[in-house]
Amino acid sequence: MSERTQIRARFDIGDQVSVLELEKLDHVRTPYYIRGKTGKVVEFCGYFLNPENLAVGLTNGPVCPLYRIRFVLKDLWPEYARADNDELFIEVYDHWLEKQT
Amino acid sequence: MTNHNHDNHEPVIAGDDPSDIEGQLITEALQALLIRKGLLSAGETTLEIQKIESPGTHLGAKIVARAWTDEHYKQRLLENGKDGAAELGIKIGEAQLEVVENTPDIHNLVVCTLCSCYPRSILGQPPSWYVNKAYRARAVREPAAVLYEFGLELSDAQRIRVHDSNADLRFLVLPQRPNNTDHLSEDELMTLVTRDSMIGVAVVKSTDAQ
Repeated sequence: MSERTQIRARFDIGDQVSVLELEKLDHVRTPYYIRGKTGKVVEFCGYFLNPENLAVGLTNGPVCPLYRIRFVLKDLWPEYARADNDELFIEVYDHWLEKQT
Repeated sequence: MTNHNHDNHEPVIAGDDPSDIEGQLITEALQALLIRKGLLSAGETTLEIQKIESPGTHLGAKIVARAWTDEHYKQRLLENGKDGAAELGIKIGEAQLEVVENTPDIHNLVVCTLCSCYPRSILGQPPSWYVNKAYRARAVREPAAVLYEFGLELSDAQRIRVHDSNADLRFLVLPQRPNNTDHLSEDELMTLVTRDSMIGVAVVKSTDAQ
C-alpha cells in the first residue's frame, strides 16, 4: 500500500461535513440515508482503495482517505422518537464529503 | 429432481430476496467453467469455505474476557483492536478492528446496512438475522425498538450508538461485565460472553441471573 498514490485528506477531526448527493449507483458504500446529511468527523481511518473501482476489478488506483463520521440520529430521521443524543457512526470516503462552515 | 413427497413445511432456506437464486446460478456456472479450464479445483473451493467458516465466537469472547480482567489490556484494545487481538495470538483478517465499549451510559449496536460486513475472523459467520433486510434497515432507524424485540430494554438514560459497518472497519462490542462475577476466572468469564452481546443486541448476564 505504501507505494500507492494517496489522495490528499481534505478534512480534519472535528470538522462539520455534509455527505454529497452524488448520482452514483452500484458499489459506492455510501448509503442513501446519510446523503445530504451533516455530521462531524470523529476519526481518520486511514487510506483505502476506492470501493467504486475495487468492485470492478480496478486494484491499481490511488488510495482514498476514509473518515468515521458521527451523526445525531434525530438529524437522519425527523420522526426519530428517542433521545436527542442517540448517535450513528459510519465511514465515508473523502470524495463523498464537503465541509460545512 | 426425484419424486419428493411434500409435507407442509416452510422452505428450508429462506432467502431475503428471490433474485438471490440468479446470483447462485451464475456463481455455480462460473465455478464449473473455472474447474473445466483447470484454473480451480473443487477441493480448493471447499478448503477456502472451511477457512472462512472455521473462526468462531470463542475468539471474540476471549478478547472480551481479557479486557474485563486486565484494565491495561482493555485500554490498548480500545486504542487499536487489531493489535489487541494480536496480543492474544488472534489474527484479524479484516483491515481494521474497532472495539466499542458499553458502559452504564452508552449502549453500542453493530449493523451493516449495505450487506453483511461482520468481524468474521473473531465471530465467525454472521447470524441470518444480521443479514436480513429488516434488521439492516431498522437498526439504524429505530434501534431501541429492535433491541426491545431482542429482549433488551434500555433505560431512558442510556444513549445508543449505532455503528454502520459499511466500509473498511469492523466492529466488536465490548459488553459490560456482569455483577457478581468477581470470583470467576478469565476462562469462566469467557463462557458467559455470547455472540449477540458482542454485536450489541444483548447484554451479558451472570450465571446466577440465567
